[in-house]
Amino acid sequence: MNVAVAKTGKGRAVSDLFTSAEGRLPGSPGITAVRREAFETYERLGLPHRRIEEWKYTDLRALVGEVLPLAAAPDAAALKRAADAVKAHAIDGAHKLVLVDSVLAADLSDVKALASEAGFKTLRETLEKDADLLKTATVDAVIALNAAMATDGVVLSIADGVQLSAPIQIIHIATAASASAFSRSQVAVGKGARATIVETFVAAGASAYQVNDAVIVSVGDNADVAHIRLMDDAPDAVNVTSHFVTIGANVKYNFFNMTTGAAVSRLQGFITLAGEGSELSANGVNLLQKTEHGDTTLVVDHAVPNCVSREVFRAVIDDRAHSVFQGRIIVRPDAQKTDGKMMTRALLLSDEAEADNKPELEIFADDVSCGHGATAGALDDSLLFYLKARGLPEKQAQALLIQAFVGEAIEQIADDNLREHVIGIAERWLERRS
Amino acid sequence: MALLEVKDLQVRVEEREILHGLTLTVNEGEIHAIMGPNGSGKSTLSHVIAGKPGYEVTGGQILFKGEDLLEMAAEERAAKGVFLAFQYPVEIPGVATMNFLRTALNAQRKARGEEEFSTPDFLRKVREVSKSLNIPQDMLKRGVNVGFSGGEKKRNEVLQMALFEPSLCILDEMDSGLDIDALRIAADGVNALRSPKRSMVVITHYQRLLNYIVPDVVHVMSKGRVVKSGGKELALELEASGYAQFEDAA
Ligand SMILES: Nc1ncnc2c1ncn2[C@@H]1O[C@H](COP(=O)(O)OP(=O)(O)OP(=O)(O)O)[C@@H](O)[C@H]1O
Ligand SMILES: [Mg+2]
Repeated sequence: MNVAVAKTGKGRAVSDLFTSAEGRLPGSPGITAVRREAFETYERLGLPHRRIEEWKYTDLRALVGEVLPLAAAPDAAALKRAADAVKAHAIDGAHKLVLVDSVLAADLSDVKALASEAGFKTLRETLEKDADLLKTATVDAVIALNAAMATDGVVLSIADGVQLSAPIQIIHIATAASASAFSRSQVAVGKGARATIVETFVAAGASAYQVNDAVIVSVGDNADVAHIRLMDDAPDAVNVTSHFVTIGANVKYNFFNMTTGAAVSRLQGFITLAGEGSELSANGVNLLQKTEHGDTTLVVDHAVPNCVSREVFRAVIDDRAHSVFQGRIIVRPDAQKTDGKMMTRALLLSDEAEADNKPELEIFADDVSCGHGATAGALDDSLLFYLKARGLPEKQAQALLIQAFVGEAIEQIADDNLREHVIGIAERWLERRS
Repeated sequence: MALLEVKDLQVRVEEREILHGLTLTVNEGEIHAIMGPNGSGKSTLSHVIAGKPGYEVTGGQILFKGEDLLEMAAEERAAKGVFLAFQYPVEIPGVATMNFLRTALNAQRKARGEEEFSTPDFLRKVREVSKSLNIPQDMLKRGVNVGFSGGEKKRNEVLQMALFEPSLCILDEMDSGLDIDALRIAADGVNALRSPKRSMVVITHYQRLLNYIVPDVVHVMSKGRVVKSGGKELALELEASGYAQFEDAA
């Protein structure tokens, strides 16, 4: 075991985290063994730090230090706050699935309405039978910790050919301060199905909490999926999320992430194009201020020929905030005719703002078209002056230009209603600036 | 009554003096034309009046309605009624023209303590003005000036002028890049805005524009100063004889 890590926990032995939570974690005895093994992996690795290449820019040991104890079950007051938060953040017409401190709140969820269109279970229920959901091809310390500690999540299956009539919105609400919550969900989209999944992360009166989420997505051939993640956690929270996405043939998968909250966050997406003829569009926006640290890391694995991947990423960084974008495109030896491109741009709103951009192309096939581009810069003074000369105060002029800048990523969201919802969140971020 | 008083203005850009003691008074309701060779400082003057950063005023003053304009931020000047139609309007991708117009108009109104325009009122107003300027509605859905032709950009400046109803309009080479028909339309738009309360400063190289927008006073600028002022016949004189006679005077 890693002694150095054990000592970083301010007096609390690392393994207490698990032993004190074990009794509350769902799963049959066989599953407990899987969890324990995962926890041992986490203990061995410890929190990721800057000497681990993938975490070079996001040193969780330095930024976070320790993992907080598991959140207690929410009380009535917390559930009331959660209900209010659901009202504030729900998307019109969406089927809601609400996780309060990473436990499904059935009363706040539209389980019945959803039942006619999609199969739904909780992670809790699923783990009574098998532990498959705790296993992933890629494992690092935070992923292992999630497998060890996941308390609940949603397990969705959308049958072949089903066209969802409305988006499914998974709303993560934090109500417990200074505690951690671990969720793990699965979304299986059948062949030829059409689905929109939105994930929303917000706080309901909680502060200084930690979220560790994992989502496992599989997409059948000819399916059409929009997957939108909106992380607007409390400004002093931590959110580390891992996505594992496997895409079949002739699929359209449109992913969008926006980070507007949390003191420290990382979204790491591992997306594998496993069937030919698919189109992946993976886009993101980081809006960061104060001393926030936001990391978006996407690994796109072209495992088969004839797929297209496009990544458009925009970061707006104010004050002393730090944005990280790491985009890796892997083209396997068989994956001829791969067309993979990523374009990232950072807008620095202060002299102390920081942007790190790490594009990596790992190409093992010879007949491919891959590329990346990156820019970083400040707002254009001549545009600002034009707007001010027309009467816009500095902050408002900046806001218009910032909206235009992130618009290039947001416009990748096809649905008008969802796009407006996302723009609304970006606007609220802009209002927090002034 | 004087609307704009520029007194002995000295301006430097990057350590180089561009305006060397320029004096100009524009009374309410008057139209002044400023002519002068390339590089004489016409755009510099218009930028300093509008509040563009990067210019260092080392002497003199600018009063607008008796107030010290140089003390005000650019947006404050706009709200008080200063409008510059740019020689080179910038393109702002991603900011829809309509959204920009509404935001700007309401920002000015808010700064003046007036109520914001309601959406229908605003739309009606834009439609009216853009129709008279022959600006198609779908142009207004595009980003500000994005993909506009040179002439369309200039018309978009006049559109804003009509919408914001400023008391001082400075038109910096509004006629450059306009074909004859577009020039007439834009000039008609400007003339429609003439009023006893509104003054205009028309910067141009060509007497032709002044056939449409007839000035009360014509100034000749050379090397950072006003070297001669006169009536509208001065423009004709310049057209005939050029600027050479003023080069020495400057
Ligand atoms: N930002 C700047 N940096 C350096 N020199 C400048 C700058 N802006 C203007 N100048 C100089 O100041 C002088 C006056 O320029 P200005 O643009 O005001 O002339 P103008 O009379 O408008 O000319 P034109 O008729 O060609 O539009 C020129 O010599 C120009 O090179
Ligand atoms: Mg000029």
